[in-house]
Amino acid sequence: MSILSQAVIDSLPYLFPGIVTTLGLVLIALGIGLVMGIPMALIHVYGSRPLQYIIKTYVWIFRGLPILVLLFLFYFGIFPLLGLYISAFWIAAVVLGFRTAAYQSEIFRGAIISIHDGQMLAARSLGMSRSQAILHVILPQALRNALPGWTNEYPILLTDSSVCYAIGVAELLTRGNQIVARIHEPMTIFILIAAIFIILNYSGQWIFARIERRYRIPGYGEGDSR
Amino acid sequence: MMTDEIILRVEDIHKRYGENEVLKGVSFDVQRGETKVFIGPSGTGKSTLLRCINQLTVPDSGYIWLNGEEVTHAGPRINQYRQKIGMVFQNFNLFDHLTALGNVEIALLRVKKMNRQEARKKALMELEQVGLSDKVNSYPAELSGGQAQRLSIARALAMDPEVILFDEPTSSLDPELTREVLEVMRRLARNGMTMLIVTHEMGFALSVANEILFMEHGLIVEKGPPSEIPTSQNFTRTRQFLGSFQD
Ligand SMILES: Nc1ncnc2c1ncn2[C@@H]1O[C@H](COP(=O)(O)OP(=O)(O)OP(=O)(O)O)[C@@H](O)[C@H]1O
Ligand SMILES: [Mg+2]
Repeated sequence: MSILSQAVIDSLPYLFPGIVTTLGLVLIALGIGLVMGIPMALIHVYGSRPLQYIIKTYVWIFRGLPILVLLFLFYFGIFPLLGLYISAFWIAAVVLGFRTAAYQSEIFRGAIISIHDGQMLAARSLGMSRSQAILHVILPQALRNALPGWTNEYPILLTDSSVCYAIGVAELLTRGNQIVARIHEPMTIFILIAAIFIILNYSGQWIFARIERRYRIPGYGEGDSR
Repeated sequence: MMTDEIILRVEDIHKRYGENEVLKGVSFDVQRGETKVFIGPSGTGKSTLLRCINQLTVPDSGYIWLNGEEVTHAGPRINQYRQKIGMVFQNFNLFDHLTALGNVEIALLRVKKMNRQEARKKALMELEQVGLSDKVNSYPAELSGGQAQRLSIARALAMDPEVILFDEPTSSLDPELTREVLEVMRRLARNGMTMLIVTHEMGFALSVANEILFMEHGLIVEKGPPSEIPTSQNFTRTRQFLGSFQD
């Protein structure tokens, strides 16, 4: 059985939009997670007590529930209840985004609190305000330190995204399944789907690894640290 | 270089951490161009005192005056006063994500709001002052300890401070590197910079200080010009401390 059977060749054009949808979900979710995660982390570290508790509760909920439960909750419950009738794709992207935001905020929080106190002291001693010190001294370093952990969210999201099949998002797995229903070659098609996930996963990781290398601070973290 | 003008007044500073009363009422005046050196056993509050001066640590009571203006209780204006009070730390606290130039420039850009060219010009001048013209584009992790400390001095100098606080600036350096940092500080003193220095480098202290202040248990217990240390009644306890220091 050649992998390049006619079935594979015929199904590729049909799978391609699924690839786009899957990558769309992942990239939108990563973006939502980033845009929410950094402020959440800052509030968690520097915010007032009540604000900290709000963030903690958010993280607690979104890290505590299975993705599928979250998807159903938002798809059948929260969004309809709010009178928001948006497509399954956007609901899925938002739910994945909210979830990764919880994880990302923890990654960024860890990176922020790992910055030595002396950085804040030095910045303040030069006359910077607290927010200037955070913005110009703490965050640029914390974000670099967070990068390896952050890019790790990509393979997690990519593999998790196939769950969106359950609410009918036409992502890669959904489309594969539709082909199987028509041509009855499950083995061939699912091996193909698996291969595509593997390629998306590791080529994406390769790209992120290059980004990480680009933002490394010369000499930093090599041998003895200061 | 020293003038009669009092530039900094420290008045009855108290600070406690829980049960631990670290500063028990410290007062002294600093004249423009003066170099004061603080010595004393570990844990007597020398670092705490320096941090109280620029309010990185807020004292429980007492006052700090800079050029007659109150620095304690300054509210948001503290950021203006801090520009005038430079600080050099034992472990440098350089900004690791910025080059040497960036380290000196950043406060000029963000705090003094200089434009790019002005800031760059000023920063390059300060780097030259401390002999780092060839390290402009190096990152802190690429510098030796001595270079790193000279960079942090340049960073402080760039703000044109009225006074610079040095908290054991050479304690994490080996003797060779210590020498190059002390050389820079000696030159600053000669050029009339007002400096408060906590150090264990007695040779340096004796040759540079206008006044030595011996601290113990949160108080200044003895003080006077370094020339009096070997003989004067004022320095009995200090001599004892220095003696035990040499064994
Ligand atoms: N943030 C803090 N919280 C609690 N205690 C503190 C804090 N900072 C300093 N202390 C305590 O205050 C006392 C004085 O510390 P400080 O660092 O000012 O002493 P020092 O004279 O600089 O000592 P050294 O020569 O070892 O640097 C010490 O007992 C120290 O444990
Ligand atoms: Mg100390």
